[in-house]
Amino acid sequence: MKNKHKKIAKKTISVAVKLLIALFFLFPFYWMLITSVKPYLETLQWPPTLWPEQFTWSGYEEVISSMDIGRYLSNTIIVTFTIIGMQFFINVPAAYAFARFEFKGKAAAWGVVMASFMIPGQITFITTYFMFADMGILNTLWPQILPFGANAFAIFLLRQNFKQIPTELLEAARLDGAGEWKIIMKVMIPMSMSSLIAAALFSFIGHWNAYFWPLVMTQDDKLRPITIMVERIKDLEQGMNYTNIMAGTTIITLPILILFLFFSKRIIQAMAYRGMK
Amino acid sequence: MPYAMVTPAVLFFIVFTIYPMLDMIVLSFHEYNVLTDRKYVGLKNYEYLIKNIDFGLALKNTFVYTVCLVFFLIFFSLVFAVCLEKESKINAIVQRIMFFPHICSMLAISLVFQWLMDENGLFNAVLNVFKLPGLRWLESSTTALISVVIVAVWKGIGYHTLILLSALKSIPREIIEASEIDGAGPIRKFFKIIVPMLSPQIFLLLITITISSFKVFDSVRILTAGGPGKSTMVVVYYIYLYAQQYLKYGIAAAAGTILILILIVMTIIYFKVVEKKVHYE
Repeated sequence: MKNKHKKIAKKTISVAVKLLIALFFLFPFYWMLITSVKPYLETLQWPPTLWPEQFTWSGYEEVISSMDIGRYLSNTIIVTFTIIGMQFFINVPAAYAFARFEFKGKAAAWGVVMASFMIPGQITFITTYFMFADMGILNTLWPQILPFGANAFAIFLLRQNFKQIPTELLEAARLDGAGEWKIIMKVMIPMSMSSLIAAALFSFIGHWNAYFWPLVMTQDDKLRPITIMVERIKDLEQGMNYTNIMAGTTIITLPILILFLFFSKRIIQAMAYRGMK
Repeated sequence: MPYAMVTPAVLFFIVFTIYPMLDMIVLSFHEYNVLTDRKYVGLKNYEYLIKNIDFGLALKNTFVYTVCLVFFLIFFSLVFAVCLEKESKINAIVQRIMFFPHICSMLAISLVFQWLMDENGLFNAVLNVFKLPGLRWLESSTTALISVVIVAVWKGIGYHTLILLSALKSIPREIIEASEIDGAGPIRKFFKIIVPMLSPQIFLLLITITISSFKVFDSVRILTAGGPGKSTMVVVYYIYLYAQQYLKYGIAAAAGTILILILIVMTIIYFKVVEKKVHYE
Protein backbone atom coordinates (compact mmCIF):
# COMPACT_ATOMS: atom_id res chain seq x y z
CA MET A 1 0.00 0.00 0.00
CA LYS A 2 2.70 2.41 1.05
CA ASN A 3 4.67 1.46 -2.03
CA LYS A 4 1.75 2.32 -4.22
CA HIS A 5 1.45 5.81 -2.71
CA LYS A 6 5.12 6.34 -3.24
CA LYS A 7 4.76 5.32 -6.84
CA ILE A 8 1.90 7.73 -7.45
CA ALA A 9 3.78 10.58 -5.78
CA LYS A 10 6.84 9.86 -7.90
CA LYS A 11 4.76 9.77 -11.06
CA THR A 12 3.07 13.09 -10.19
CA ILE A 13 6.41 14.78 -9.59
CA SER A 14 7.79 13.48 -12.84
CA VAL A 15 4.76 14.73 -14.81
CA ALA A 16 4.97 18.10 -13.04
CA VAL A 17 8.65 18.44 -13.94
CA LYS A 18 7.86 17.69 -17.57
CA LEU A 19 5.05 20.22 -17.66
CA LEU A 20 7.47 22.79 -16.24
CA ILE A 21 9.99 21.99 -18.96
CA ALA A 22 7.28 22.34 -21.62
CA LEU A 23 6.17 25.64 -20.11
CA PHE A 24 9.75 26.90 -20.08
CA PHE A 25 9.95 26.44 -23.85
CA LEU A 26 6.40 27.46 -24.73
CA PHE A 27 6.17 30.59 -22.64
CA PRO A 28 8.25 32.93 -24.84
CA PHE A 29 5.99 32.04 -27.77
CA TYR A 30 2.90 32.68 -25.66
CA TRP A 31 4.41 36.02 -24.65
CA MET A 32 5.07 36.88 -28.29
CA LEU A 33 1.48 36.08 -29.29
CA ILE A 34 -0.31 37.90 -26.49
CA THR A 35 1.95 40.95 -26.76
CA SER A 36 1.08 41.17 -30.45
CA VAL A 37 -2.62 41.61 -29.59
CA LYS A 38 -2.18 43.98 -26.64
CA PRO A 39 -2.66 47.71 -27.21
CA TYR A 40 0.65 49.59 -27.17
CA LEU A 41 -0.19 51.38 -23.90
CA GLU A 42 -0.82 48.08 -22.17
CA THR A 43 2.68 46.86 -23.07
CA LEU A 44 4.04 49.80 -21.04
CA GLN A 45 2.14 48.81 -17.91
CA TRP A 46 3.99 47.69 -14.83
CA PRO A 47 3.75 44.91 -13.81
CA PRO A 48 2.97 43.42 -17.22
CA THR A 49 -0.41 41.77 -17.72
CA LEU A 50 -0.28 38.02 -18.23
CA TRP A 51 -3.49 38.11 -20.27
CA PRO A 52 -4.44 41.14 -22.40
CA GLU A 53 -7.00 43.42 -20.76
CA GLN A 54 -7.90 44.59 -24.24
CA PHE A 55 -7.45 42.87 -27.57
CA THR A 56 -6.40 44.69 -30.70
CA TRP A 57 -5.23 43.83 -34.20
CA SER A 58 -3.58 47.24 -34.52
CA GLY A 59 -0.09 45.73 -34.31
CA TYR A 60 -0.71 43.60 -37.39
CA GLU A 61 -2.53 46.41 -39.17
CA GLU A 62 0.32 48.84 -38.56
CA VAL A 63 2.98 46.37 -39.65
CA ILE A 64 1.07 45.61 -42.85
CA SER A 65 0.30 49.26 -43.65
CA SER A 66 3.69 50.73 -42.70
CA MET A 67 5.64 48.61 -45.15
CA ASP A 68 5.25 46.82 -48.41
CA ILE A 69 4.97 43.49 -46.66
CA GLY A 70 3.74 41.66 -49.77
CA ARG A 71 6.94 42.51 -51.58
CA TYR A 72 9.22 41.30 -48.76
CA LEU A 73 7.24 38.11 -48.30
CA SER A 74 7.39 37.43 -52.01
CA ASN A 75 11.17 38.10 -52.01
CA THR A 76 11.55 35.49 -49.29
CA ILE A 77 9.29 33.03 -51.11
CA ILE A 78 10.99 33.51 -54.49
CA VAL A 79 14.48 33.14 -53.01
CA THR A 80 13.55 30.10 -50.90
CA PHE A 81 11.80 28.16 -53.64
CA THR A 82 14.30 29.01 -56.37
CA ILE A 83 17.03 27.67 -54.11
CA ILE A 84 15.08 24.46 -53.43
CA GLY A 85 14.45 23.98 -57.17
CA MET A 86 18.07 24.62 -58.11
CA GLN A 87 19.29 22.32 -55.39
CA PHE A 88 17.16 19.52 -56.76
CA PHE A 89 18.76 19.70 -60.20
CA ILE A 90 22.29 20.20 -58.88
CA ASN A 91 22.46 17.99 -55.78
CA VAL A 92 20.52 14.92 -56.92
CA PRO A 93 22.74 14.06 -59.94
CA ALA A 94 25.90 14.84 -57.94
CA ALA A 95 24.80 12.59 -55.07
CA TYR A 96 23.94 9.86 -57.57
CA ALA A 97 27.36 10.03 -59.22
CA PHE A 98 29.14 9.99 -55.84
CA ALA A 99 27.05 7.04 -54.70
CA ARG A 100 27.08 4.78 -57.77
CA PHE A 101 30.07 5.59 -60.00
CA GLU A 102 33.82 5.28 -59.80
CA PHE A 103 35.59 7.89 -61.85
CA LYS A 104 38.91 9.66 -62.08
CA GLY A 105 38.99 12.72 -59.87
CA LYS A 106 36.18 11.48 -57.60
CA ALA A 107 38.28 11.98 -54.48
CA ALA A 108 39.16 15.53 -55.51
CA ALA A 109 35.52 16.34 -56.29
CA TRP A 110 34.51 14.91 -52.92
CA GLY A 111 37.19 17.04 -51.31
CA VAL A 112 35.57 20.13 -52.81
CA VAL A 113 32.21 19.12 -51.31
CA MET A 114 33.75 18.52 -47.88
CA ALA A 115 35.69 21.79 -47.94
CA SER A 116 32.54 23.73 -48.83
CA PHE A 117 30.85 22.14 -45.85
CA MET A 118 33.38 23.78 -43.54
CA ILE A 119 33.64 27.25 -45.05
CA PRO A 120 30.99 29.55 -43.59
CA GLY A 121 29.22 32.40 -45.35
CA GLN A 122 30.22 34.66 -42.45
CA ILE A 123 33.65 34.73 -44.07
CA THR A 124 33.08 34.40 -47.80
CA PHE A 125 30.61 37.29 -47.93
CA ILE A 126 33.41 39.88 -48.13
CA THR A 127 34.65 38.81 -51.55
CA THR A 128 31.44 37.22 -52.84
CA TYR A 129 29.89 40.66 -52.73
CA PHE A 130 32.57 42.04 -55.06
CA MET A 131 32.04 39.11 -57.40
CA PHE A 132 28.34 39.87 -57.70
CA ALA A 133 29.18 43.54 -58.21
CA ASP A 134 31.47 42.56 -61.12
CA MET A 135 28.72 40.37 -62.55
CA GLY A 136 26.39 43.36 -62.34
CA ILE A 137 23.61 41.50 -60.55
CA LEU A 138 23.58 43.30 -57.21
CA ASN A 139 20.20 44.81 -58.00
CA THR A 140 18.57 41.40 -58.43
CA LEU A 141 17.67 38.58 -56.06
CA TRP A 142 20.44 36.33 -57.49
CA PRO A 143 23.09 37.17 -54.85
CA GLN A 144 20.71 35.66 -52.29
CA ILE A 145 20.16 32.54 -54.42
CA LEU A 146 23.27 31.50 -56.35
CA PRO A 147 25.65 30.75 -53.44
CA PHE A 148 23.19 28.12 -52.21
CA GLY A 149 22.64 26.31 -55.53
CA ALA A 150 24.75 23.38 -54.36
CA ASN A 151 24.42 22.11 -50.81
CA ALA A 152 27.00 19.82 -49.26
CA PHE A 153 24.73 18.43 -46.57
CA ALA A 154 22.01 17.50 -49.07
CA ILE A 155 24.63 15.68 -51.15
CA PHE A 156 25.77 13.72 -48.06
CA LEU A 157 22.21 12.81 -47.18
CA LEU A 158 21.15 11.72 -50.67
CA ARG A 159 24.38 9.88 -51.40
CA GLN A 160 23.88 7.81 -48.26
CA ASN A 161 20.39 6.92 -49.40
CA PHE A 162 21.32 6.20 -53.03
CA LYS A 163 24.03 3.80 -51.87
CA GLN A 164 21.45 1.58 -50.19
CA ILE A 165 19.34 1.01 -53.28
CA PRO A 166 19.91 -2.53 -54.61
CA THR A 167 22.14 -2.74 -57.72
CA GLU A 168 19.73 -5.19 -59.37
CA LEU A 169 17.15 -2.46 -59.72
CA LEU A 170 19.65 -0.28 -61.61
CA GLU A 171 20.75 -3.17 -63.80
CA ALA A 172 17.15 -4.01 -64.64
CA ALA A 173 16.44 -0.40 -65.59
CA ARG A 174 19.59 -0.27 -67.75
CA LEU A 175 18.58 -3.50 -69.54
CA ASP A 176 15.27 -1.84 -70.33
CA GLY A 177 17.32 0.83 -72.04
CA ALA A 178 16.80 3.57 -69.47
CA GLY A 179 19.31 6.44 -69.54
CA GLU A 180 20.96 7.68 -66.33
CA TRP A 181 18.62 10.65 -65.97
CA LYS A 182 15.64 8.34 -66.34
CA ILE A 183 17.12 6.00 -63.71
CA ILE A 184 17.44 8.94 -61.35
CA MET A 185 13.85 10.03 -61.93
CA LYS A 186 12.20 6.59 -62.01
CA VAL A 187 14.29 4.53 -59.58
CA MET A 188 16.46 6.64 -57.29
CA ILE A 189 14.05 9.45 -56.47
CA PRO A 190 10.95 7.38 -55.69
CA MET A 191 13.07 5.24 -53.38
CA SER A 192 14.68 8.20 -51.61
CA MET A 193 11.67 10.42 -51.03
CA SER A 194 12.27 10.78 -47.30
CA SER A 195 15.83 12.07 -47.72
CA LEU A 196 14.72 14.33 -50.51
CA ILE A 197 11.93 15.81 -48.40
CA ALA A 198 14.34 16.19 -45.48
CA ALA A 199 16.79 18.10 -47.68
CA ALA A 200 13.99 20.33 -48.98
CA LEU A 201 12.73 21.01 -45.44
CA PHE A 202 16.22 22.00 -44.32
CA SER A 203 16.55 24.41 -47.19
CA PHE A 204 13.12 25.87 -46.56
CA ILE A 205 13.77 26.45 -42.86
CA GLY A 206 17.27 27.80 -43.47
CA HIS A 207 16.30 30.27 -46.15
CA TRP A 208 12.98 31.33 -44.73
CA ASN A 209 14.92 32.35 -41.62
CA ALA A 210 17.87 33.81 -43.55
CA TYR A 211 19.22 36.91 -41.88
CA PHE A 212 22.96 37.31 -42.23
CA TRP A 213 23.33 36.70 -45.96
CA PRO A 214 20.58 39.05 -47.17
CA LEU A 215 21.82 41.64 -44.67
CA VAL A 216 25.27 41.76 -46.25
CA MET A 217 24.18 41.21 -49.87
CA THR A 218 21.45 43.83 -50.21
CA GLN A 219 21.59 47.63 -50.16
CA ASP A 220 18.10 48.24 -51.43
CA ASP A 221 14.96 47.58 -49.38
CA LYS A 222 13.02 46.34 -52.37
CA LEU A 223 15.30 43.28 -52.58
CA ARG A 224 15.18 42.44 -48.89
CA PRO A 225 13.43 39.45 -47.33
CA ILE A 226 10.79 39.65 -44.63
CA THR A 227 13.26 38.90 -41.79
CA ILE A 228 15.34 42.04 -42.34
CA MET A 229 12.23 44.17 -42.68
CA VAL A 230 10.69 42.82 -39.48
CA GLU A 231 13.81 43.89 -37.63
CA ARG A 232 13.26 47.33 -39.16
CA ILE A 233 9.98 47.69 -37.22
CA LYS A 234 12.18 48.56 -34.24
CA ASP A 235 13.36 51.73 -35.96
CA LEU A 236 9.98 52.91 -37.21
CA GLU A 237 9.07 54.68 -33.99
CA GLN A 238 10.74 56.35 -31.05
CA GLY A 239 11.05 53.78 -28.28
CA MET A 240 10.16 50.17 -28.71
CA ASN A 241 6.63 49.44 -29.84
CA TYR A 242 6.49 45.82 -28.79
CA THR A 243 2.93 45.33 -30.02
CA ASN A 244 4.14 45.92 -33.58
CA ILE A 245 7.47 44.13 -33.13
CA MET A 246 5.78 41.00 -31.78
CA ALA A 247 3.18 41.13 -34.56
CA GLY A 248 6.03 41.07 -37.11
CA THR A 249 7.78 38.30 -35.21
CA THR A 250 4.58 36.24 -35.19
CA ILE A 251 4.22 36.70 -38.95
CA ILE A 252 7.68 35.25 -39.65
CA THR A 253 7.32 32.44 -37.11
CA LEU A 254 3.90 31.21 -38.21
CA PRO A 255 4.96 29.38 -41.43
CA ILE A 256 7.70 27.55 -39.52
CA LEU A 257 5.19 26.55 -36.85
CA ILE A 258 2.75 25.20 -39.45
CA LEU A 259 5.55 23.26 -41.12
CA PHE A 260 6.61 21.86 -37.76
CA LEU A 261 3.07 20.76 -36.87
CA PHE A 262 2.92 18.73 -40.08
CA PHE A 263 6.46 17.42 -40.32
CA SER A 264 7.88 17.45 -36.78
CA LYS A 265 8.82 13.78 -36.84
CA ARG A 266 10.62 14.03 -40.16
CA ILE A 267 12.38 17.28 -39.26
CA ILE A 268 13.55 15.93 -35.91
CA GLN A 269 14.80 12.66 -37.43
CA ALA A 270 16.73 14.41 -40.15
CA MET A 271 18.24 16.95 -37.75
CA ALA A 272 19.31 14.17 -35.40
CA TYR A 273 20.95 12.39 -38.31
CA ARG A 274 22.78 15.56 -39.18
CA GLY A 275 23.93 15.98 -35.61
CA MET A 276 25.29 12.45 -35.36
CA LYS A 277 27.34 12.81 -38.53
CA MET B 1 28.54 10.41 -67.65
CA PRO B 2 29.40 10.86 -63.96
CA TYR B 3 31.31 14.01 -64.89
CA ALA B 4 28.21 15.65 -66.31
CA MET B 5 26.41 14.89 -63.07
CA VAL B 6 29.10 16.09 -60.67
CA THR B 7 30.31 19.14 -62.56
CA PRO B 8 27.44 21.55 -61.80
CA ALA B 9 27.70 20.96 -58.05
CA VAL B 10 31.50 21.15 -58.00
CA LEU B 11 31.39 24.29 -60.13
CA PHE B 12 28.94 25.98 -57.75
CA PHE B 13 31.09 25.09 -54.74
CA ILE B 14 34.24 26.36 -56.40
CA VAL B 15 32.74 29.61 -57.69
CA PHE B 16 30.66 30.58 -54.65
CA THR B 17 32.55 29.09 -51.71
CA ILE B 18 36.13 28.02 -52.40
CA TYR B 19 37.15 30.83 -54.71
CA PRO B 20 35.69 33.58 -52.46
CA MET B 21 37.60 32.13 -49.51
CA LEU B 22 40.91 31.98 -51.39
CA ASP B 23 40.26 35.46 -52.73
CA MET B 24 39.64 36.66 -49.19
CA ILE B 25 43.00 35.26 -48.07
CA VAL B 26 44.66 37.10 -50.98
CA LEU B 27 42.73 40.25 -50.09
CA SER B 28 44.00 40.07 -46.52
CA PHE B 29 47.46 41.06 -47.81
CA HIS B 30 46.08 44.09 -49.62
CA GLU B 31 44.66 47.47 -48.92
CA TYR B 32 41.40 47.95 -50.74
CA ASN B 33 38.45 50.24 -50.94
CA VAL B 34 35.95 50.05 -53.75
CA LEU B 35 37.30 53.14 -55.52
CA THR B 36 40.95 52.13 -56.06
CA ASP B 37 42.67 48.91 -57.09
CA ARG B 38 44.05 46.47 -54.57
CA LYS B 39 47.40 47.58 -53.21
CA TYR B 40 49.75 44.94 -51.81
CA VAL B 41 50.71 45.78 -48.22
CA GLY B 42 52.20 42.52 -46.95
CA LEU B 43 51.33 41.75 -43.35
CA LYS B 44 50.17 45.27 -42.51
CA ASN B 45 46.54 44.23 -41.96
CA TYR B 46 47.61 41.50 -39.57
CA GLU B 47 49.84 43.92 -37.71
CA TYR B 48 46.85 46.22 -37.40
CA LEU B 49 44.78 43.41 -35.91
CA ILE B 50 47.46 42.47 -33.39
CA LYS B 51 47.71 46.07 -32.20
CA ASN B 52 43.98 46.73 -32.38
CA ILE B 53 42.36 46.56 -28.95
CA ASP B 54 38.92 45.89 -30.40
CA PHE B 55 40.07 42.77 -32.21
CA GLY B 56 41.62 41.38 -29.05
CA LEU B 57 38.37 42.18 -27.29
CA ALA B 58 36.36 40.48 -30.03
CA LEU B 59 38.49 37.33 -29.69
CA LYS B 60 38.17 37.42 -25.92
CA ASN B 61 34.40 37.95 -25.98
CA THR B 62 33.95 35.19 -28.56
CA PHE B 63 36.01 32.91 -26.34
CA VAL B 64 33.98 33.74 -23.22
CA TYR B 65 30.74 33.33 -25.17
CA THR B 66 31.91 29.95 -26.46
CA VAL B 67 32.99 28.62 -23.06
CA CYS B 68 29.72 29.71 -21.41
CA LEU B 69 27.58 28.34 -24.22
CA VAL B 70 29.40 25.01 -24.34
CA PHE B 71 29.11 24.57 -20.59
CA PHE B 72 25.46 25.54 -20.09
CA LEU B 73 24.20 23.96 -23.28
CA ILE B 74 25.81 20.59 -22.60
CA PHE B 75 24.91 20.64 -18.92
CA PHE B 76 21.21 21.44 -19.43
CA SER B 77 20.91 19.15 -22.43
CA LEU B 78 22.31 16.26 -20.38
CA VAL B 79 19.92 16.94 -17.52
CA PHE B 80 16.92 17.19 -19.85
CA ALA B 81 17.99 14.09 -21.76
CA VAL B 82 18.08 12.09 -18.52
CA CYS B 83 14.65 13.49 -17.52
CA LEU B 84 13.10 12.53 -20.85
CA GLU B 85 14.88 9.25 -21.37
CA LYS B 86 11.95 6.83 -21.01
CA GLU B 87 9.81 6.21 -24.07
CA SER B 88 6.43 7.69 -23.29
CA LYS B 89 3.85 9.88 -24.91
CA ILE B 90 4.44 12.87 -22.65
CA ASN B 91 8.21 12.67 -23.19
CA ALA B 92 7.76 12.61 -26.94
CA ILE B 93 5.55 15.71 -26.81
CA VAL B 94 7.92 17.60 -24.50
CA GLN B 95 10.84 16.76 -26.80
CA ARG B 96 8.98 18.24 -29.74
CA ILE B 97 8.11 21.40 -27.86
CA MET B 98 11.74 21.82 -26.80
CA PHE B 99 12.92 21.29 -30.33
CA PHE B 100 10.78 23.97 -31.94
CA PRO B 101 12.98 26.98 -31.03
CA HIS B 102 15.86 25.34 -32.89
CA ILE B 103 14.12 25.76 -36.26
CA CYS B 104 12.80 29.26 -35.57
CA SER B 105 14.78 32.18 -36.89
CA MET B 106 17.34 33.67 -34.53
CA LEU B 107 15.78 37.01 -35.44
CA ALA B 108 12.37 36.03 -34.03
CA ILE B 109 13.83 34.47 -30.91
CA SER B 110 16.10 37.45 -30.31
CA LEU B 111 13.25 39.96 -30.63
CA VAL B 112 11.11 37.99 -28.18
CA PHE B 113 13.97 37.84 -25.67
CA GLN B 114 14.73 41.51 -26.16
CA TRP B 115 11.18 42.13 -25.00
CA LEU B 116 11.45 39.65 -22.11
CA MET B 117 14.75 41.28 -21.04
CA ASP B 118 13.46 44.83 -21.42
CA GLU B 119 13.74 47.03 -18.32
CA ASN B 120 9.93 46.84 -18.11
CA GLY B 121 9.88 43.26 -19.34
CA LEU B 122 8.72 40.05 -17.85
CA PHE B 123 12.07 38.88 -16.47
CA ASN B 124 12.32 41.93 -14.25
CA ALA B 125 8.68 41.54 -13.23
CA VAL B 126 9.48 38.01 -12.07
CA LEU B 127 12.55 39.22 -10.16
CA ASN B 128 10.30 41.86 -8.62
CA VAL B 129 7.86 39.23 -7.36
CA PHE B 130 10.76 37.71 -5.42
CA LYS B 131 11.67 41.19 -4.10
CA LEU B 132 14.85 41.21 -6.17
CA PRO B 133 16.02 44.33 -8.00
CA GLY B 134 15.53 44.31 -11.79
CA LEU B 135 18.51 43.85 -14.09
CA ARG B 136 19.46 45.88 -17.14
CA TRP B 137 20.02 42.63 -19.02
CA LEU B 138 21.11 43.82 -22.45
CA GLU B 139 21.83 47.42 -21.54
CA SER B 140 24.56 46.82 -18.99
CA SER B 141 28.05 45.84 -20.06
CA THR B 142 28.34 43.36 -17.19
CA THR B 143 25.27 41.31 -18.14
CA ALA B 144 24.96 41.81 -21.92
CA LEU B 145 27.22 38.96 -23.01
CA ILE B 146 25.67 36.46 -20.62
CA SER B 147 22.20 37.57 -21.75
CA VAL B 148 23.17 36.76 -25.34
CA VAL B 149 24.38 33.36 -24.09
CA ILE B 150 21.03 32.76 -22.34
CA VAL B 151 19.17 33.27 -25.61
CA ALA B 152 21.43 30.84 -27.47
CA VAL B 153 21.18 28.25 -24.67
CA TRP B 154 17.40 28.43 -24.63
CA LYS B 155 17.22 28.08 -28.40
CA GLY B 156 19.71 25.22 -28.58
CA ILE B 157 18.73 22.97 -25.67
CA GLY B 158 16.05 21.03 -27.53
CA TYR B 159 18.32 20.10 -30.40
CA HIS B 160 21.23 19.05 -28.22
CA THR B 161 18.96 17.12 -25.87
CA LEU B 162 17.72 15.18 -28.87
CA ILE B 163 21.25 14.24 -29.92
CA LEU B 164 22.21 13.17 -26.40
CA LEU B 165 18.97 11.19 -26.09
CA SER B 166 19.77 9.05 -29.09
CA ALA B 167 23.25 8.45 -27.64
CA LEU B 168 21.76 7.70 -24.24
CA LYS B 169 19.50 5.03 -25.71
CA SER B 170 22.55 3.22 -27.05
CA ILE B 171 23.98 2.69 -23.54
CA PRO B 172 23.32 -0.97 -22.65
CA ARG B 173 20.49 -1.14 -20.15
CA GLU B 174 22.33 -3.69 -18.01
CA ILE B 175 25.00 -1.16 -17.06
CA ILE B 176 22.47 1.35 -15.78
CA GLU B 177 20.43 -1.33 -14.02
CA ALA B 178 23.55 -2.77 -12.40
CA SER B 179 24.37 0.64 -10.93
CA GLU B 180 20.82 0.94 -9.62
CA ILE B 181 21.11 -2.45 -7.92
CA ASP B 182 24.37 -1.27 -6.36
CA GLY B 183 22.31 1.50 -4.80
CA ALA B 184 23.64 4.45 -6.76
CA GLY B 185 21.41 7.51 -6.38
CA PRO B 186 20.36 9.56 -9.38
CA ILE B 187 23.18 12.12 -8.99
CA ARG B 188 25.84 9.46 -8.58
CA LYS B 189 24.38 7.56 -11.52
CA PHE B 190 24.48 10.76 -13.59
CA PHE B 191 28.14 11.54 -12.94
CA LYS B 192 29.55 8.02 -12.59
CA ILE B 193 27.68 6.20 -15.36
CA ILE B 194 25.89 8.47 -17.78
CA VAL B 195 28.45 11.23 -18.28
CA PRO B 196 31.41 8.83 -18.78
CA MET B 197 29.40 6.59 -21.10
CA LEU B 198 28.37 9.56 -23.21
CA SER B 199 31.78 11.21 -23.20
CA PRO B 200 32.55 10.63 -26.92
CA GLN B 201 29.23 12.18 -27.90
CA ILE B 202 29.69 15.03 -25.43
CA PHE B 203 33.11 15.74 -26.88
CA LEU B 204 31.68 15.91 -30.39
CA LEU B 205 28.99 18.35 -29.22
CA LEU B 206 31.69 20.39 -27.53
CA ILE B 207 33.44 20.82 -30.87
CA THR B 208 30.31 21.49 -32.94
CA ILE B 209 29.08 24.07 -30.42
CA THR B 210 32.51 25.70 -30.43
CA ILE B 211 32.52 25.88 -34.22
CA SER B 212 29.06 27.46 -34.33
CA SER B 213 29.87 29.81 -31.44
CA PHE B 214 32.82 31.25 -33.30
CA LYS B 215 30.38 32.20 -36.05
CA VAL B 216 27.90 33.94 -33.73
CA PHE B 217 26.49 37.07 -35.30
CA ASP B 218 22.70 37.30 -35.70
CA SER B 219 21.81 37.43 -32.01
CA VAL B 220 24.61 39.89 -31.26
CA ARG B 221 23.60 42.26 -34.01
CA ILE B 222 19.90 42.17 -33.12
CA LEU B 223 20.19 42.22 -29.34
CA THR B 224 23.14 44.47 -28.61
CA ALA B 225 24.93 45.54 -31.82
CA GLY B 226 28.21 44.71 -30.13
CA GLY B 227 27.49 46.99 -27.17
CA PRO B 228 27.01 48.41 -24.68
CA GLY B 229 30.51 49.77 -24.90
CA LYS B 230 32.11 46.89 -26.73
CA SER B 231 31.04 44.26 -24.24
CA THR B 232 29.49 41.97 -26.87
CA MET B 233 31.87 42.67 -29.75
CA VAL B 234 32.53 39.25 -31.30
CA VAL B 235 34.73 38.21 -34.22
CA VAL B 236 32.09 38.00 -36.96
CA TYR B 237 30.55 41.27 -35.82
CA TYR B 238 34.03 42.81 -36.04
CA ILE B 239 34.45 41.49 -39.59
CA TYR B 240 30.99 42.78 -40.49
CA LEU B 241 31.78 46.24 -39.12
CA TYR B 242 35.07 46.55 -40.97
CA ALA B 243 33.60 45.31 -44.25
CA GLN B 244 30.17 46.96 -44.19
CA GLN B 245 30.55 50.10 -42.10
CA TYR B 246 34.22 51.12 -42.21
CA LEU B 247 34.80 49.75 -45.74
CA LYS B 248 38.26 48.52 -44.71
CA TYR B 249 38.06 45.29 -46.65
CA GLY B 250 41.70 44.26 -46.20
CA ILE B 251 41.38 44.29 -42.42
CA ALA B 252 38.05 42.46 -42.55
CA ALA B 253 39.66 39.84 -44.78
CA ALA B 254 42.61 39.42 -42.41
CA ALA B 255 40.23 38.90 -39.49
CA GLY B 256 38.28 36.45 -41.65
CA THR B 257 41.46 34.53 -42.44
CA ILE B 258 42.25 34.18 -38.75
CA LEU B 259 38.70 32.97 -38.10
CA ILE B 260 38.85 30.39 -40.88
CA LEU B 261 42.14 29.06 -39.48
CA ILE B 262 40.52 28.57 -36.09
CA LEU B 263 37.54 26.84 -37.70
CA ILE B 264 39.69 24.54 -39.84
CA VAL B 265 41.64 23.37 -36.80
CA MET B 266 38.39 22.67 -34.93
CA THR B 267 36.93 20.81 -37.90
CA ILE B 268 40.01 18.62 -38.32
CA ILE B 269 39.82 17.68 -34.64
CA TYR B 270 36.15 16.89 -35.14
CA PHE B 271 36.73 14.52 -38.03
CA LYS B 272 39.63 12.84 -36.26
CA VAL B 273 37.34 12.14 -33.30
CA VAL B 274 34.53 10.88 -35.55
CA GLU B 275 36.97 8.49 -37.23
CA LYS B 276 38.19 7.20 -33.89
CA LYS B 277 34.64 6.73 -32.65
CA VAL B 278 33.78 4.71 -35.74
CA HIS B 279 36.78 2.50 -35.07
CA TYR B 280 35.65 1.76 -31.54
CA GLU B 281 32.18 0.73 -32.60
